[in-house]
Amino acid sequence: MSAQTPEVRSTEELREKWKNPEVISGSEVLLRSLVLEGVDTVFGYPGGAVLYIYDALHGFDDFKHILTRHEQGAIHAADGYARASGKPGVCIATSGPGATNLVTGIATAFMDSVPLVVITGNVFSSLIGTDAFQEADITGITMPITKHSYLVRDVEDLPRIIHEAFHIANTGRKGPVLIDIPKDVSAAKTLFTPVQYQGVNLRGYNPRTVPNKLQLDKLIRAISAAERPIIIAGGGVIYSGAHEAMTEFVKRTEIPITTTLLGLGCFPSAEDLWMGMPGMHGTYTANNAIQQCDLLINIGARFDDRVTGKLDGFAPKAKIVHIDIDPAEIGKNVTPDIPIVGDVKTVLEMLLPDLTRAANADAWRTQIAQWKQEKPLRYNDSDTELKPQWVIEMINDTTKGEAIVTTDVGQHQMWAAQYYKFNHPRSWITSGGLGTMGFGFPSAIGAQMAQPDRLVVSINGDGGMQMCSQELAICAINNIPVKIVVINNQVLGMVRQWQNLIYEKRYSYTDLAGSPDFVKLAEAYGVKGLRATNKEEAGAAWKEALETPGPVLVEFVVPKDENVYPMVTQGSTIDQMLMGDE
Amino acid sequence: MTVMKHTISVLVNDQPGVLQRVSGLFGRRGFNIESITVGQSEETGLSRMVIVTLGDQHTLEQIEKQLYKLIDVIKVVDLGSKPMVARELALIKVKAEPAERPEIMGVVETFRASVVDIGTNSLLVQVVGDTQKIDAMIELLKPYGIKELSRTGVTAMIRGNA
Repeated sequence: MSAQTPEVRSTEELREKWKNPEVISGSEVLLRSLVLEGVDTVFGYPGGAVLYIYDALHGFDDFKHILTRHEQGAIHAADGYARASGKPGVCIATSGPGATNLVTGIATAFMDSVPLVVITGNVFSSLIGTDAFQEADITGITMPITKHSYLVRDVEDLPRIIHEAFHIANTGRKGPVLIDIPKDVSAAKTLFTPVQYQGVNLRGYNPRTVPNKLQLDKLIRAISAAERPIIIAGGGVIYSGAHEAMTEFVKRTEIPITTTLLGLGCFPSAEDLWMGMPGMHGTYTANNAIQQCDLLINIGARFDDRVTGKLDGFAPKAKIVHIDIDPAEIGKNVTPDIPIVGDVKTVLEMLLPDLTRAANADAWRTQIAQWKQEKPLRYNDSDTELKPQWVIEMINDTTKGEAIVTTDVGQHQMWAAQYYKFNHPRSWITSGGLGTMGFGFPSAIGAQMAQPDRLVVSINGDGGMQMCSQELAICAINNIPVKIVVINNQVLGMVRQWQNLIYEKRYSYTDLAGSPDFVKLAEAYGVKGLRATNKEEAGAAWKEALETPGPVLVEFVVPKDENVYPMVTQGSTIDQMLMGDE
Repeated sequence: MTVMKHTISVLVNDQPGVLQRVSGLFGRRGFNIESITVGQSEETGLSRMVIVTLGDQHTLEQIEKQLYKLIDVIKVVDLGSKPMVARELALIKVKAEPAERPEIMGVVETFRASVVDIGTNSLLVQVVGDTQKIDAMIELLKPYGIKELSRTGVTAMIRGNA
């Protein structure tokens, strides 16, 4: 691929280069500090309050700066970068509207525990609080959706703050940290030496990574005793880099496993013990297994309402084990019998030597296998119409489950989660907690920047594609070879599905008539556009897309009446599934 | 679970915005704040907040855990779990024509409160004590006419050497 990453020198080299104390501006401190934190790509959009920062960026080539076309595109790209790489994503925006345009992206990252360092400019310190031009209290606005935030008052504090921000963002339960830099601070000179900050000193921040051994012993005993054990594995497994330990855990215990929306890829989906995804659009097997199990081991998932369904009645027969890095998640929604606070990878690695096959669960394994066989995910395929599920299966088959897939939010997201079979962690990038439309496409750009050698497929609906389509420009100009899929059913599919099933077919404002010709839209930006309306065209267009270097948009025109099944309606327990027409 | 009043002591970094972080957390998570006091602590750079809140045991546990997630929060102590001293101060401006003054002074003395200012037809009473004592004082002064009332909210500390 030719999304050129700059020739990045090693942090050690740069530290060497910058080792002598030097008087530089706050803006230069920022850039050097970012490099020293290992940043190689920044997504941003300039404006008045960040002019000094952008001035320092002029000719700066120690990391790559991607100029997006909207701040929302920048932050979703930074998010995709972080999810694909495991490193904090970084974006820069100006004060006021630039900063407020980041809010959705910050909330998205916060809900899904994604490490971001978000840099905003602000007006001159002397103007703060005066309702100055393009002033917004962005630290105040984002307080509920950041892990932490800083308003820099003195340029002397900047190196420490940046270092702390990266530390906070990427340790414990990860999340976005915002640094708001007034214009005078980015202009002010200070004596900068990279060695001036070694380590962080944060008394109020000591995430507990090592679990209580006694609790682990209880879990081991519970596994030995269990007759119907299951594992629910979530995003925490991926975020802590525990996928290998997770796979080994299942291999040793032979306990059936279901992976949540954010957990997809933390366990190879081809394995017999994998039950698919649980919850609202989960599999028959996973949902029934949860309701009937006698031991439920939650590893790095947070008992989200989309997973649990009606909480009162969730896993009614189970002894509950909850492993999480965030103590506040333990007991928040479901009270566990065995709470285990710690880093998932640390916990699993401590458990592994003592794990043996769950010996009393053979009948249960047979039951699970039977459910899997009798009630697999299914849809009514058609010879005349192009079914969205078929499109996803085709994408899966042609990419052998090896692509990085990003999605937007809605029906196509659920179909992608159901029908794309993941083999690796950090290969599935989706807005799970916040459910942010407009996320799918820009996050793919970030993912591609993070993983230049992997195939990145961005699956979107026709609604969400229009929420950040302006970023086609950065794909074109930087030749970022994302394969952009638009599953076009001409309606706001998931909302329409609810209207169809629950609101008596009153289709209130879910018809997206007036949408652009997506092929022409792509071409208007200089990105190749292809359209398919039947299977034959679909196969050919997709093949052409994969064979074409650089970005390509492929529109698949699908019927509007297709619903996502299984579906658990709100207020039902998760074994009460609508299975679609049978 | 039973809803009870809890008094929580929170040691925080004395940073701009820290009160907003703490009060905002209570607001968005639906935790109630009955009173909140903030001031210096024994250590430079740290402030102590004392928050009185209503909730069941589950809510209290969540409050503590969520507070600990704030980077600026150093320590959270549920004071109610141990014997504690809880005090608040109230200033009460009560209507008092000269003829009524001796009677009001009698009430004030009984409560070991004090009159800190006298106007032509009012007295400014200062009372310190636990919440019940101040409630009682207010009740007793009500018949005379309370013109203005200002309470500090509770500050509190565990008894003994702990």
